[in-house]
Amino acid sequence: MRPLTEAETRAVFEKLGRYIGENIQLLVDRPDGTYCFRLHCDRVYYLSEKLLKVAASVPRDNLVSPGTCFGKFTKTQKFRLSVTALDFLAPYAKGFGVAAKSTQECRKVDPMAIVVFHQADVGEYVRNEDTLT
Amino acid sequence: MAAVRVEEVLAAAEEQEAEKRRSVTVEKELELEFDLGNLLALDRNPPAAVELRGAGPRREALLRALARDNTQLLVARLWELPAERAGGAGGPLVARLPEPAFRLPREKPPPRPRPPTRWEQFARLKGIRRRKRTSLVWDEQAKEWRRRWGYRRAGGDPARAWLAEVPEGADPEEDQFARLRREKRERVARNELNRLRNLARAHRAGTAVPAAPLHPTGHQSREELGHVARVARVSTASLGRFQPRLPKEPVEPPSRSGGRKRRFEPLLGNLAAERSRQLELLRDMSSKKPVLDITRAVNKQLRQEEAEAAAAKGKKQSQRGKRGRRQQGAGGVSGGLGGPVPPSFAGTDR
Repeated sequence: MRPLTEAETRAVFEKLGRYIGENIQLLVDRPDGTYCFRLHCDRVYYLSEKLLKVAASVPRDNLVSPGTCFGKFTKTQKFRLSVTALDFLAPYAKGFGVAAKSTQECRKVDPMAIVVFHQADVGEYVRNEDTLT
Repeated sequence: MAAVRVEEVLAAAEEQEAEKRRSVTVEKELELEFDLGNLLALDRNPPAAVELRGAGPRREALLRALARDNTQLLVARLWELPAERAGGAGGPLVARLPEPAFRLPREKPPPRPRPPTRWEQFARLKGIRRRKRTSLVWDEQAKEWRRRWGYRRAGGDPARAWLAEVPEGADPEEDQFARLRREKRERVARNELNRLRNLARAHRAGTAVPAAPLHPTGHQSREELGHVARVARVSTASLGRFQPRLPKEPVEPPSRSGGRKRRFEPLLGNLAAERSRQLELLRDMSSKKPVLDITRAVNKQLRQEEAEAAAAKGKKQSQRGKRGRRQQGAGGVSGGLGGPVPPSFAGTDR
């Protein structure tokens, strides 16, 4: 386990920024404790300082997963975000939607086709009455 | 019928004999030179040059015949050597070869002359020359010539010396025999130490890498300058430990693995500092403004200026050359390009 280098941190933040925008600093700088990112076997984990101190005393071979896995670095050093990060990203997400077409279809389809469904809950129309057309 | 037959048979036998003799005798214009000690035969007869030209079966056949003939002559000479039976009566016949006359060249390079030892340097400085000592010394007690050292030496057998006087000013309780033995041991040890030191010095002198010095003209590559700076830094009495750093020199000491191992921040390092660093990184990323790196901008500007200056100089030289050529006309010798034209410009000139 080791901290991320500057290049790795940049890659991770860029990816996170696509989903939660400017709110990454809310992940980095939390009022309820010091949380940090650590790298273990090419996977990026998000864990609190208390957990970090405990995990530091586990042998490397026996350590499976310290904290929550946000994603991993591939062989060519690209960062792939994982679904296990959803719990942390959901509160700050820029929006949610359901894919209407599969990835391959999305590429072939014409510009005006629908690709994402935004599934609203019951009260959304009432909540966003003013902004919705 | 029978008579003809007999004649035929005799003729055939005669031919066979001639054939055998032909295979053993070889005719040569010039005699070969032999060095039987090296099993060497030198043939100075000029070969048929026409036949040897161009690869082909004719050439191969000629070469093979040549080799066969020369080998035949060599073997014939070998058989003329005095021979004897090795290993008793039933053993093989062995020829006694003479001393080799032909000197073969060295296989390995000759040994380098070793550097002079400390004593040799001192002796050369003082002009001390080596005096040859006689190997035999006159022993007064035994009244005969004895060796200088070794078996039955001149000064009597040191193992049987029964008296060791206490010298003036020495401790009377001290064991003189022990002292003599100890001093001899120390002398031997010191001698051995000096011998090994001389050996080490000679070995080091042989494998020393000449340090690339600073060029007086100033045309030096960046790597060379960096290397020389690093060497100069460590060339102090305390090996550079208390040397103040130059303004732009990196802080970390040169790693022993030579840059092969990566170094990371400690796992439980200063978390507050890590947080602040990450926040700053986020701020830079979100600022949407290209960060100005002063050093890179300045270097880029300098390089651009240098390129322009070089281009202008090249243009001037080529113009001067062209004018010179035109003035001299068909004389032949032209001014040409006055100096080296930078490659970047040569293409654009045409």
